[in-house]
Amino acid sequence: MPHIVTSFDDELQKLSALVVDMGATVGQQIEDAAEAFQDRNVILAERVVAADKTVDALQMRIEESVIAMIAKRQPLAIDLRETISTLKIATDLERMGDLAKNNAKRIIAMKEQAQPIGGSINLDALSQRVHEQVSRVMQAYARRNKELAREVWESDGAIDTMHTALFRELLTYMMEDPRSIRSCTHMLFCAKNLERIGDHATNIAENIHYVATGEFLSGDRPKGLNPSNIQPNTPED
Amino acid sequence: MHDAAITPDSNVTAVSAEIPPGFTEKVKVRNLDFFYGTSKALKAVSLPLYTNKVTAFIGPSGCGKSTLLRVLNRMYDLYPGQRAEGEVLLDGQNILDKTQDLNFLRARVGMVFQKPTPFPMTIYDNIAFGIRLYEKLPKSELDGRVQAALERSALWKEVKDKLNASGQSLSGGQQQRLCIARTVAARPEVILLDEPCSALDPISTARIEELIEELKADYTIAIVTHNMQQASRTSDYTAFMYLGELIEYGPTAQTFTNPRNSRTQDYITGRFG
Repeated sequence: MPHIVTSFDDELQKLSALVVDMGATVGQQIEDAAEAFQDRNVILAERVVAADKTVDALQMRIEESVIAMIAKRQPLAIDLRETISTLKIATDLERMGDLAKNNAKRIIAMKEQAQPIGGSINLDALSQRVHEQVSRVMQAYARRNKELAREVWESDGAIDTMHTALFRELLTYMMEDPRSIRSCTHMLFCAKNLERIGDHATNIAENIHYVATGEFLSGDRPKGLNPSNIQPNTPED
Repeated sequence: MHDAAITPDSNVTAVSAEIPPGFTEKVKVRNLDFFYGTSKALKAVSLPLYTNKVTAFIGPSGCGKSTLLRVLNRMYDLYPGQRAEGEVLLDGQNILDKTQDLNFLRARVGMVFQKPTPFPMTIYDNIAFGIRLYEKLPKSELDGRVQAALERSALWKEVKDKLNASGQSLSGGQQQRLCIARTVAARPEVILLDEPCSALDPISTARIEELIEELKADYTIAIVTHNMQQASRTSDYTAFMYLGELIEYGPTAQTFTNPRNSRTQDYITGRFG
């Protein structure tokens, strides 16, 4: 049911459109960074870095709109949940954009290094999985769909597992050939950044669920392996 | 997204019969119907007013919230053709009983109205009037009671040097606090506030709200308000009424962040009607 004051609905719609824009921009950053990594494409990586300014500007506009809305409208119930969650979602998206930018910078740095060691390592699968996760969470946002939000929330464990596998693989490379340490470290960070982007997507899913239901997602989220205790692959593996 | 058709007879969110631990029911309204002549203004309303808590009543004009307040001290008895059916228990005693002493009831259940209603007499007498109705006190003791009531209502500092001025010479906000002082002076147990701030500026409103916060230490308070923010600021429990029915009753924080009933949500978010 629309508000009696129609301009309130207009403002909420505009706010929502800004978040959708922001999500699309961040999604593109993740996709471009993955492609840039694959092809060692510095120009594309630089575009990812540049897009961060757009993301930051969108976040600022969203923050300003939310603050103005709280001051003007004193939103309650679902409107209150919507405005507060928008603020939090925009913060997550901004962090995701930063992480994608960081990956792009690492691609540029790796290109400048002579030896493409660890070149057989593939971040593509993880990138794709994370990108998919981000697309799905933004779909859930657009529809304020609590089921889809929960699905995203529950499927983050797969990303963790992929990250852990990459972690183990990279450690092995580094032990085998210390010359690869430099590029492998960059890749470790890239993989970690992607994993964290997935975590932010999970946060967004939690917020969407809260907007839609007024209740926080709780219970045990299926988690993947944690790399903190991982040993490098050994020949027996 | 929300129900488009509003059908008042369906989807009433049941009031939990469970009393939160540490709470006591000062007032218990049970299955209350109210009639203005043949027209039914309250339909099977049941809810508690917890001791030392503030309960806010919200809802569109004509929803029955002021009517409910008027039942709680049997104000309606002053008008022929108005009657209540059901039970209103005050400390377990049904105040709707024919045997109920109305003067005694109204001393226990005080009321403050939307428009400040100081009597056309001095500030002092506005307070003393109510006390004299119920008690014969020596002058010195009466002075003390008047001062205590004015202090309790955060008005003493402003009027202590002009107790003999007319109550009507005060500002609107001061007049309203004078009315609260008058109510408090009779040493009630329950205070009913019917839109006490709707005619006041924001500063006077803030003073009254501060006062409500202080008063609840000693009294059980019910407040009717059209201001959602005021309901959420001042109350512990909120009751949403519509067309004579209690639609939702629950802890205020929940009502204003995650109401259970879609009609409550539509009303408090400005989507109603």
